[in-house]
Amino acid sequence: MDDRLVIAGKAYRSRLLVGTGKYRDFEQTRLAVEASGAEIVTVAIRRVNIGQNAGEPSLLDALPPSRYTILPNTAGCYTAEDAVRTLRLARELLDGHSLVKLEVLGDSETLFPNMPETLAAAKTLVAEGFHVMVYCSDDPILARQLEDAGCVAVMPLASLIGSGMGILNPWNLQIIVDRARVPVLVDAGIGTASDAAVAMELGCDGVLMNTAIAKARDPVRMGRAMKLAVEAGREAWLAGRMPKKPYEAAASSPAEGLIGKTA
Amino acid sequence: MELQLRINGAERRFSRPLTVRELVGELGFEGKRVAIERNGEIVPRSRYGEVALVDGDRLEVVVAVGGG
Repeated sequence: MDDRLVIAGKAYRSRLLVGTGKYRDFEQTRLAVEASGAEIVTVAIRRVNIGQNAGEPSLLDALPPSRYTILPNTAGCYTAEDAVRTLRLARELLDGHSLVKLEVLGDSETLFPNMPETLAAAKTLVAEGFHVMVYCSDDPILARQLEDAGCVAVMPLASLIGSGMGILNPWNLQIIVDRARVPVLVDAGIGTASDAAVAMELGCDGVLMNTAIAKARDPVRMGRAMKLAVEAGREAWLAGRMPKKPYEAAASSPAEGLIGKTA
Repeated sequence: MELQLRINGAERRFSRPLTVRELVGELGFEGKRVAIERNGEIVPRSRYGEVALVDGDRLEVVVAVGGG
């Protein structure tokens, strides 16, 4: 069965995208990413440590761009200008690669997105030829505006970044999913496998997570759990769940032929 | 002739004029995957050899690190 996630014209088998932060070391990162089956992995762009030993291993040795689609992010940026500068550097760093994850934060405590700055940055980036996947609030109107601005995927939060609180407002996500013409991915807030499955059962096209895997007791095993959860949720959505019947119990076994009956 | 640069927010002094390529060598990042911004503009890798740095240039040198 050919069920692919298509982003900016490229098809992916996996609907799970994973971050690479907060792992113990690059080896654990590599193993967890591998177990997750993710094909798209996010990275951050940071100043190099000038005193650093140049022989030190780098993240991209563990996760080579020849094998993974590297998705540079703008985590930590609080203005459109900083986000745009960061992604121009990322494009140069990754040999002209144009698929990026835009996030412009509004507040260091909640890491909630600053949507006016996000929208401004998205417009600039699209005009410069970037393919923008955008972290956003779960406001359906703003999601539509980002889509209209040319973003290739909208990625509303399910709950705060790194909180593991799961899907707090499935109704908003549902509205965004129902109306979007580009892929919708839940980005942020997933805590465990059932959260990922619920996101997929809502009809999301994919899920992006980092902490839920990296901060599990066994990140490699959780990577695999998330892979299975995303697949299960997707399959359930494609299969179409049975109708909910809150006041109507219906036995699955025949009502006839029970032993001990007189008639 | 001395060269004073601001690299990743810190002042650095060099004893001779440098191109971007020579700076990358001085810093020990030859062959490493880095990207460089000079005074707010990207310096494409293909131009490292021809871009001569001047006193007071502000440079950002970045790499990819783990992140969500």
